[in-house]
Amino acid sequence: MTDKDQYKVEQEPFYQQQKNEVALYEAAYRNRLPVMVKGPTGCGKSRFVEYMAWKLGKPLITVACNEDMTASDLVGRYLLEANGTRWLDGPLTVAARIGAICYLDEIVEARQDTTVVIHPLTDHRRTLPLDKKGELIHAHPDFQLVISYNPGYQTLMKDLKQSTKQRFTAFDFDYPDAALEAQIVAKETGMDEAVAAKLVKIGGVARGLKGHGLDEGISTRLLVYAATLIKDGVDPTDACRMAMVRPITDDADIRDTLDHAIDATFA
Amino acid sequence: MTETAYQHPLMAAYWKQLDTRFPQVETVFDDLMAEALAVLTRDGIDAYLEAGRIIGKLGRGVEPMLAFMEEWPSTAKAIGEAALPAVMALIQRMQKSPNGSAIEPFLQTLAPVARRLHSQAQLQRYLDLTLDFMARTTGSIHGHHTTFPSPGLPDFLAQAPNLLNQLTLSGLKNWVEYGIRNYGSHPERQKDYFSLQSADSRAVLQRERHGTLLVDVERKLDLYLRGLWRDSDQLVPYSTAFDELRKPIPYYDKLGIRLPDVYDDIGEISGIDRYRTVLAHIVGHRRWSEAQVADNWSPFQRMAVEFFEDCRIDTLLIREYPGLRRLFLALHPKPAENACDPETTSCLRHRMAMLSRALLDPDHGYTDAALNDFVGRFHAVMAPSESERRESSTKEIAALALSYVAKTGLQSDQFARVHFDDTVVDYRDDNRQLWTFIEAGDEEESFDETRKAEPDQEIRSLPPRHYPEWDYRSQTYRPDWVSVYEALHPQGNAADIDRLLAKHDALAKRLKRMLDLLKPQGRVRIRYQEEGSELDLDVAIRSLIDFKGGATPDPRINMSHTTAGRDISVMLLLDLSQSLNETAAGSGQTILELSQEAVSLLAWAIDKIGDPFAIAGFHSNTRHDVRYLHIKGYGEHWGDDAKARLAAMAAGYSTRMGAAMRHAAHYLGARTADKKLMLVLTDGMPSDVDAHDERLLIEDARQAVKELDQQGIFPYCISLDPKADEYVGDIFGRHYTVIDHIERLPERLPQLFMALTK
Ligand SMILES: Nc1ncnc2c1ncn2[C@@H]1O[C@H](COP(=O)(O)OP(=O)(O)OP(=O)(O)O)[C@@H](O)[C@H]1O
Ligand SMILES: [Mg+2]
Repeated sequence: MTDKDQYKVEQEPFYQQQKNEVALYEAAYRNRLPVMVKGPTGCGKSRFVEYMAWKLGKPLITVACNEDMTASDLVGRYLLEANGTRWLDGPLTVAARIGAICYLDEIVEARQDTTVVIHPLTDHRRTLPLDKKGELIHAHPDFQLVISYNPGYQTLMKDLKQSTKQRFTAFDFDYPDAALEAQIVAKETGMDEAVAAKLVKIGGVARGLKGHGLDEGISTRLLVYAATLIKDGVDPTDACRMAMVRPITDDADIRDTLDHAIDATFA
Repeated sequence: MTETAYQHPLMAAYWKQLDTRFPQVETVFDDLMAEALAVLTRDGIDAYLEAGRIIGKLGRGVEPMLAFMEEWPSTAKAIGEAALPAVMALIQRMQKSPNGSAIEPFLQTLAPVARRLHSQAQLQRYLDLTLDFMARTTGSIHGHHTTFPSPGLPDFLAQAPNLLNQLTLSGLKNWVEYGIRNYGSHPERQKDYFSLQSADSRAVLQRERHGTLLVDVERKLDLYLRGLWRDSDQLVPYSTAFDELRKPIPYYDKLGIRLPDVYDDIGEISGIDRYRTVLAHIVGHRRWSEAQVADNWSPFQRMAVEFFEDCRIDTLLIREYPGLRRLFLALHPKPAENACDPETTSCLRHRMAMLSRALLDPDHGYTDAALNDFVGRFHAVMAPSESERRESSTKEIAALALSYVAKTGLQSDQFARVHFDDTVVDYRDDNRQLWTFIEAGDEEESFDETRKAEPDQEIRSLPPRHYPEWDYRSQTYRPDWVSVYEALHPQGNAADIDRLLAKHDALAKRLKRMLDLLKPQGRVRIRYQEEGSELDLDVAIRSLIDFKGGATPDPRINMSHTTAGRDISVMLLLDLSQSLNETAAGSGQTILELSQEAVSLLAWAIDKIGDPFAIAGFHSNTRHDVRYLHIKGYGEHWGDDAKARLAAMAAGYSTRMGAAMRHAAHYLGARTADKKLMLVLTDGMPSDVDAHDERLLIEDARQAVKELDQQGIFPYCISLDPKADEYVGDIFGRHYTVIDHIERLPERLPQLFMALTK
């Protein structure tokens, strides 16, 4: 049997609560309701789930979804071996068996025929049929399904079916307000808060340009990167350009505007 | 008077050296020498007087001599006294040619030209240019006379400072070249050209101008306003080129922010940063200034209030972005403490400019006690209070300004002669928004446009359909609230649309390549399938080898086929409300015309890809009368009928968006496609004459979007409203784009569609 402990989150991850999401998640978990975490990239979705797994003391199995992923990649498949075939559970199956929290990151990336395999796990049945193996798994009482989803990336071609969406409770994450975000960056990197606040200010400038040439603003993750570089001795303006501006845009006018904001902020 | 009248023997000697009898020179000689002695070396003085003597003896009256005497010291100060021989050489050439009358304008403008050019080398190029000009335009009129002076030269020399304020030397050269080549043998036209009278003269000047043109950086400035300041407005350029006397100052009003059409770099501050600095200052006023009643205050008091308030604004701005201090200080004059003589001149401006500097510049170095006292008091007012709640206000700062005027006022402040040098802070606007006047009846009433009351009484082909509307206040639907009438859009001339498409031929070619990539490719093979319709031999063999070698084989050895997945139905819903008749900023076309072009291109593009699509327009005149105009149906070809209807597209009435979306969804929802896309093209927020609560129709449209989502329809809004950020996200979530430059809509709309369906 698979070792449950290897999926345990050992260390307490640093997670800064934004509102009352921790309590709400606990309530969802008590009732084993599936959870959807929505929000722009790098705003703390994965960190939140990791933290909740730690807090609840449950194993966490994370799957990064992509468009080449098939149902077998989630559920499992037969492998050929010298003396026949052997069934290998996929991550979703493992999670259902051992009672882990299964986190499907960026679920929209997966093809829709892949997505439907989670349906029976998300309603009262809490089952997972392994068609090829002819087995019906009843999920472990501790099992919970969590998916993440970035509405900004959603296009006509990539969106969750309404029937999928309607199986989840949902958290709407966003970048935290300025003061809180500065705290997060400071705590995460050991940077002093005044400088962290400047990074957040520049992040805010980019977020103001969303829809005017930027699809997304600068994420908390990138602010953390910039702070990390600065901590390492990189000049703040260089660190900001490298970690916060260059990654997000090739639009010369926007780059110029953000560069100016950096210079105006770090006088 | 004679030589002996001069007390100082040295002055008497200088006067003698100059050797002139012009009384006009005599009366100012003292002052001229004072300036010259401060600037020139001993040898330089000799050369100055000698040159003056020569010019005085040219036989052209006193004017050239006076001009030289006045202009030379400051010319020398700008580029060095060593340039004198070259200047004199040119004067000699003029004198020997028929162009002697050009000497006076040449000398008259020499100092400002030199100040602009900065170096002797640059000045030399200017002299060469002038000489060349003279040689090529003198006496060439009929080819055999050599006695005609250059018709354009005096005008050119008079305009030179103005020209150099806008052009680099090479730009100037090009401008001159154009004039000589085209008007070398037309004296009158040549004069018109070089005096900047003719249209092409201005056009060429415009072409050759240097510096940062507003038009070139408009988008950056728009991003700057939005990104750094969460503000946005129309940026309206004014010309600095032809108004040398009264230099316009930036300002803002209902129609937008007015800025000069060009900014030069100043030192290391680039033109774009100068624009940004002006915008920051204006944004500051918009955020933090409250208009004051002007009637009770004297002009002096008002001026002081403006200086203080400007500094308060700049200080608050620096708190937001500390880097602004560097820009402010680089652009703010630094008046010398003793530059103004209060015995003869009104020094209030000078005092204010110094104070303004000192309020922003911790290293101002001024020693005046009153000034330093007020700097302290200013910072006390500005200090964020313990409670952090209280912000400084215009009122408070005005009180401080008044006490400053009372404290430092001088009798001489009233003098007509005002010290102006180094007192203009050119990144600041003219503060017209800071004042209200009780007296002048400035309540220019905006009469509400009287609406055309009755809609055209055309025959309605279909019975109305009734739709509910969402009332957000009660969180309920009002059933059967809205009546939608559907009709065929009237027809125009299909050839008009073909003409529009031809106009965008180049764009269409560019789009074509991208379209081809989106086109369904027929049957596609999908490899690496665990289950599929056929064995994929390559992969299977590789797996077998792995297996035989004892490694884990890849089980995905099958392949299958699908018809390349593109099964999209599109509904294009056009807002046809009255506001589309407005001219789009930055183009000569109306929004309607641009939308028409854009929709034509989009229709062409979708047709090329092969997705089934429909087009409809809508407008409304109360809930009883929402019109839904059918332009193209799913069953129709993108042919003459559809084009003819599109060609007749017209705008009127209001925007009841929710109802129109519901009705469009009725058609799109009935399609069997995998993906259903509803594109809504609009230029403003949902509204109608009978909806007095602005939120009402916004909330209803938001509700309609939710309904679409339930029906498996993907709505997407393309908004042309620069203010759309305030509401469009409420309606469409993240499914929207705001087109900032409407003139680029024809290009952007098809691109957007492709990006959405890629
Ligand atoms: N509330 C928070 N508490 C602590 N750290 C945070 C928080 N929010 C963001 N972070 C920081 O931001 C980084 C990115 O967060 P995370 O990886 O959870 O983003 P995400 O939302 O999952 O992004 P993506 O959608 O791209 O996967 C984290 O590594 C962490 O440093
Ligand atoms: Mg993540």
